[in-house]
Amino acid sequence: MIEHGTPRLGVIDLRDIGFRYDEHEVLRHVDLTLEEGELVLVSGRTGVGKSTLLGVVTGLVPRFTGGVLSGDVLLDGASIVDQPPRERAHLVGYVGQDPLAGFVADTVEEELAYGMEQVGIAPETMRRRVEETLDLLGIADLRSRDLRTLSGGQQQRVAIGSVLTMHPRVLVLDEPTSALDPTAAEDVLATLTRLVHDLGLTVLLAEHRLERVLPFADRICLVTGDGSIRVDTPHRILTDSPIAPPLVELGRLAGWDPLPLTVRDARRQARSLPALAAPSPKRLPAADPLVLARGVSVVHGHHVAVREVDLTLSAGRVTTLMGRNGSGKSSLIWALQGTGRRRSGTVDVAGDDPADLAPAERRTHVGLVPQTAADLLYLETVAEECAAADAGAEAASGTCRGLLDRLAPGIDEASHPRDLSEGQRLALALSIVLSARPPVVLLDEPTRGLDYAGKGELARIVADLAAEGRAIMLATHDVEFAAHVADEVVVMADGEVVSSGPPRRVLAESPSFAPQVTKVLGAPWLVVEEVAAALGEARA
Amino acid sequence: MTGPALTSGALPRDLHPIAWWTWAIGLATAASLTTNPLLLLLLMGSATVVVMARRSGHPFGRSFRLYALLAAVTVVVRVGFRIVFGGQEIGRVLLDLPEIPLPDWAAGVRLLGPVTSEALLAGLYDGLRLAAVILCVGAANSLANPKRLLASVPPALYEIGTALVVAVTIFPQLADSARRVRAAQALRGGTTTGVGRLRRFLVPVLEDALERSLSLAAGMDTRGYGRSGGATTRERRLTGSLLLLALTGICVGTYAWLDPTAPRVLALPMLGAGGVVAVVGLVSAGRRVQRTRYRPDPWRAGEVVAVVTGLAVAALGWYVAHTQVVVAYPGVDVAPYLSPLALVVGILGTVPAVATPVPASAVVRREVAA
Repeated sequence: MIEHGTPRLGVIDLRDIGFRYDEHEVLRHVDLTLEEGELVLVSGRTGVGKSTLLGVVTGLVPRFTGGVLSGDVLLDGASIVDQPPRERAHLVGYVGQDPLAGFVADTVEEELAYGMEQVGIAPETMRRRVEETLDLLGIADLRSRDLRTLSGGQQQRVAIGSVLTMHPRVLVLDEPTSALDPTAAEDVLATLTRLVHDLGLTVLLAEHRLERVLPFADRICLVTGDGSIRVDTPHRILTDSPIAPPLVELGRLAGWDPLPLTVRDARRQARSLPALAAPSPKRLPAADPLVLARGVSVVHGHHVAVREVDLTLSAGRVTTLMGRNGSGKSSLIWALQGTGRRRSGTVDVAGDDPADLAPAERRTHVGLVPQTAADLLYLETVAEECAAADAGAEAASGTCRGLLDRLAPGIDEASHPRDLSEGQRLALALSIVLSARPPVVLLDEPTRGLDYAGKGELARIVADLAAEGRAIMLATHDVEFAAHVADEVVVMADGEVVSSGPPRRVLAESPSFAPQVTKVLGAPWLVVEEVAAALGEARA
Repeated sequence: MTGPALTSGALPRDLHPIAWWTWAIGLATAASLTTNPLLLLLLMGSATVVVMARRSGHPFGRSFRLYALLAAVTVVVRVGFRIVFGGQEIGRVLLDLPEIPLPDWAAGVRLLGPVTSEALLAGLYDGLRLAAVILCVGAANSLANPKRLLASVPPALYEIGTALVVAVTIFPQLADSARRVRAAQALRGGTTTGVGRLRRFLVPVLEDALERSLSLAAGMDTRGYGRSGGATTRERRLTGSLLLLALTGICVGTYAWLDPTAPRVLALPMLGAGGVVAVVGLVSAGRRVQRTRYRPDPWRAGEVVAVVTGLAVAALGWYVAHTQVVVAYPGVDVAPYLSPLALVVGILGTVPAVATPVPASAVVRREVAA
């Protein structure tokens, strides 16, 4: 084992770190010490420099990003700031957002061994460590599987395992659960906690879905956006942090001290709440069905992706489509749009079957924003994109720009689409799709990569579109977001619809899809806003 | 489990990829040295038998069908060419097609015209020979994971090997991303012709590819790919100059060997010297590499059997081609026949189907299927 430094030193010490691109200063005079065996959560709004801070520790910043780095990074008291990532590989392990993009080998076992081969560990040791790691992460039965056939959660665990085999001192993870469904995310986080507790591993983790990670974090490092950071216990940071999970918002609202970090804490404290009048279920007026899908099946090769699904989307309603990764959500969305080939069943959109229409006609019936919104964009500026969208949809010039200004005001028209934030890029793609004035809008995983503020914006946009009489359906893993926007929730598993209905029934019924407020207060409650309203009434 | 119980013989394991490739190249060599359709069919049959018995459970194991298809297409195209472009004037006419007159500048090319059985047979034999070679390569591909072959290069060439492995991996991803972008671009209106369309398609695909490559590079770098190890500057220079010297030697040697007017001392001796220096350079480069290999494929009796079989088939094929010309290159006007030795060449290739261990991955596959 590596010799420990003097007790005052942490495993990792960032000393007076500064980082800038040209004029833009990302980090200024940042000091951070990571103790052995603690899990530090890096949080902050999108684009404030969370990934930069992680990159400084791994060495990827500035080598893979450009920019100027100043200050010093110490590992066990020795400076490693001049070492490239490959020379730190046995000390600092890094797991990125998309595990598949970082895989080098074919099978689980070879992937676990890859790092050790590079470092030059003796074959017998390698063999032993691979076996230990397979057991530690509970993936022993996957050992000879092809990495591409694994589920998202399994891939992420293999990615973590593949750096663990080198026995690093520090594990750095950049949004490890952002692409995962709630259950898979819980699996990965539970694994991480076990590593911290059992092996004394130090973990530095960035994540914007705080509600998932908070129960496991020892400290939070809040990147404020003006170049500095605040590091403290979760309780203290969360009292005034601009981003907070619903649980904390509930605690702030009810004036609980200390703030609850786990559902268990919150439940205990919720006993002190006055009796609240249960929220009355939203009465939804009967609406015209815009999309009628009956018995839709989609088959990829031998795999039945969607099996005989019936679905109705009505004007002015927002439907959220949920389910684990690979449950057939995307296949269903593409089949409804008409591009995805149906094996059987009928789809009726305003009297037409979109599958029989030409692409141009299809666009005026159903608008779809794909999972990677960037696939839609290909021009150099926002203005060009908007002009091309107007021309393509034969809409009056300025239509798309007008839509964009409504969805996400204040985007500079000379900026490159790739420089936009995740949320702005989504708004641009959505505006382009809306230029063709489709009455039905389908969104595939729009919340991916959005922070709380971005999701708030998206929720407002979706509500606006529905208010105009459009039928909206969006696929998402984000229960809290679904609880906010949905008029109806459809849960899919293995290609079939397992439950559908109003969120108050569907979300509250399922333990893995229940939002935090439901977990604390029980069935009829869904979101903090309802509790706030009821509390206001009770106190008045 | 549906296969035979593993009560006797070697334990299941994957054979060393180099052994399979040597065996396959041996068969391909024998195939390229004959046009006897019986012998070619026998060779193709042996390759198929071995693939059926010993292919791995990896995705590559399923690629054999593709190669078989490609081989069949080759034969058809070859025969089709003989019909379209005509062939010999003489021989038994099977089908008297009218000849299409061509302008003067295309003199020497004939379109259609009478089809003779001789021309068809010549096309068939020729096509079969190509098909046999293709099938042998396909057999090697489905028996041994090509990535493991690349990974078993000497340590000094490890970096190049990894680059190749990554390139092989990137291709399916590129196809995937192309499909995604094509579907996404159909969701918006606009130019669908000419350069505009190409741009709409290429820009997102290339951006995606670039992003993927960068994140793969970052991932590999953080996992220690390309660590410099403990080599001193002097060692590195020595290795570098040795390899440069070797390259020069091999270049000059090859040139002199191919050019009969060059002095003979520059030919084979130079080539040999270049080769020796290259080996020394690679050994020197390999010595400073501190990388290790996880579960390297061992080299045991099974591998020796495969290699010896391949070499024997090639050597015997060569012997037949040089001593029994009538058997190896039968005329198109008489029925081809096989000599006992040619028969041996055709059948010997099947030995690895029984004399090598069952691949471990195939056992897993059967258990899953059961």
